[in-house]
Amino acid sequence: MSEITKNTEGSSAAPAAEDASAPHMPPVKPPMVQFKGILKKFGKVLAVEKTDLDIEEGSLVTLLGPSGCGKTTLLRMVAGLETPTEGDIFIKGKRINDVPIHQRNLGMIFQNYALFPHKSIYDNVAFGLKYRKIPKEEIREKVLRALEMVRLPGVEKRMPGQLSGGQQQRIALARAIVIEPDVLLMDEPLSALDENLREDMRREIDNLQQMLGVTTIFVTHDQREALSMSDKIVVMKNGKKQQEGVPEEVYNRPANHFVADFLGHSNFTSAVVQGREGNFVKVELETGNILLADAPGDWKEGEEVEVVVRAQRFEAMLQEEFSPDGQTNYFEGKIRDRSYMGGEVSYFIDMAGGKEVHVISMMRSRIYGIGNDVVVQVAPEHCHLLPLE
Amino acid sequence: MKISGWSLIRLYTILVYVFMFAPIVAVVLLSFNPEQFGSFPMKGFSFRWYVKLAENDAILIAFKNSLILGSLTSLLVTAIGIPAAMAFVRYEFPGKNSLNTLLLAPIMIPEVVLGVALLIFIRWLQQPKSFLLLLFGHVVITLPYVLLVVQARLVGIRREYEEAALSLGANPFQTFMEVTLPLLTPAILAGMLFSFTISFDDVTATLFWATATNQTVPVKIFGMLRNSISPEINALGTVMIILTVSIPLLAGYLSRKLSKG
Repeated sequence: MSEITKNTEGSSAAPAAEDASAPHMPPVKPPMVQFKGILKKFGKVLAVEKTDLDIEEGSLVTLLGPSGCGKTTLLRMVAGLETPTEGDIFIKGKRINDVPIHQRNLGMIFQNYALFPHKSIYDNVAFGLKYRKIPKEEIREKVLRALEMVRLPGVEKRMPGQLSGGQQQRIALARAIVIEPDVLLMDEPLSALDENLREDMRREIDNLQQMLGVTTIFVTHDQREALSMSDKIVVMKNGKKQQEGVPEEVYNRPANHFVADFLGHSNFTSAVVQGREGNFVKVELETGNILLADAPGDWKEGEEVEVVVRAQRFEAMLQEEFSPDGQTNYFEGKIRDRSYMGGEVSYFIDMAGGKEVHVISMMRSRIYGIGNDVVVQVAPEHCHLLPLE
Repeated sequence: MKISGWSLIRLYTILVYVFMFAPIVAVVLLSFNPEQFGSFPMKGFSFRWYVKLAENDAILIAFKNSLILGSLTSLLVTAIGIPAAMAFVRYEFPGKNSLNTLLLAPIMIPEVVLGVALLIFIRWLQQPKSFLLLLFGHVVITLPYVLLVVQARLVGIRREYEEAALSLGANPFQTFMEVTLPLLTPAILAGMLFSFTISFDDVTATLFWATATNQTVPVKIFGMLRNSISPEINALGTVMIILTVSIPLLAGYLSRKLSKG
């Protein structure tokens, strides 16, 4: 709720002032989907720990995590395919725990498309409309329009088996959006597709979602999908919400070791806080090196912390070409291994103190060789501190 | 030609086939033999025994009995088997595994035992032997086959199809009719065929259950054999062979044609 009031006029005022201006304000909408104290057990196994989560209308929220983290269970509870052991789920402010799935008005997209193999594409897309008391002529219009929306006009007479995987998933998308669902639920919709097709399909889902403005919950284990499409990412692990935020925030300000490790390539090392230096926190690494980190918040002297640096934030250069400047952190090392990946190069560098660092550098003119003595530098803004777990 | 291990194996295979099919071929051939006592080489070719068969009222009645019994059995057994298979595959309930094993047990119990058991049971109920008893018995014998076939297919139908239908607004019954049942059709047809053919040529248990008025073809043949070996039986056997082989073939062809749409 606070998200919405922030955007409206006079939101900084006290609640009383808000009341006074109420007639001029748009009514505050409840979140489209709301989890309140949701907990799910399968037998004795805790699949989802007590979770609260709000999903705003029209947003695309990604549940991201490794398999078995509870993201799919969360999705299936919205769908009504699982019943929460504890807590309540609301859609449009209405408690839906006891509403059976076929009365929830949802669109679902599955990993394996789940098109009805014995029905034509037309009958597949029209399936949901049949149960909505819509005249035949209108059903036809809607189906053809939906097929156009997923850029597959003219396939209505074919059978699902005659289409490619990507096409089948687009039909599944058409089948789900044609009923104008309150919420679109997608369970790893891109996982079964080929790598190059996946990117196209991802953009297509993204565009369609924005065009229709349909609230969408997207389950994936692929961080690139999550980062590129989401309005909000919810990172999960072992049934527990780890962090919730916009992609930039989750990527750049990971809340803990797991999030930092799961999204992108990160280097971790433990360190001890030594004090402040200007805007930065000064820490001593376990190798004995001193490092400046940009870490808002209270860090006490002597506190043990973990330093996180993204592999892409490091910069490697030959020792003889390096000249230190200002407040940049730099360390010496030797390239132990590298892997060439086309657009970028991964270096694994043995540091002087015995620690290995993973550096990803975008291809410039030159690739350094194994055995080269290099200096690795990183600006303090790109060094983050996490409390030691 | 050199005699190698492979030609011995080929010879052996041919002998196995001859051993298996020679009696059947003999029955078919002898059914066209004009003589009362069959011997090779045959002394001509005639449909005499087929004509006699068509005029034998007792056989025709038995034939009708068998057809009615087989059809009713296959209908009844699919009507029971489909919901049972749904319950076993799609739902969790206490005692599920034991109940499933129990329903499959008639496959493993000797038919003689089943035959006697059912007779004792209705004696205890103080009911006479009847067509209903026969039907009930055949349902018990064939239910495991239908259950196995339908369950195997149901396991192969991913739940997502049903979940997709539910999410699109179909209630559970509509989902079953629109999605699950059509996808199950090949297994249901196979189950019906199985139960029909098993019921159609069951002898052992049926001997215990049949009365004079509701004899089936195999029981009738068995009875005729006790008096004399009439070549009519050869003709009847040939008809039975053609029926029991061609019905499944036809059904397989039809279901393939239907599924292609």
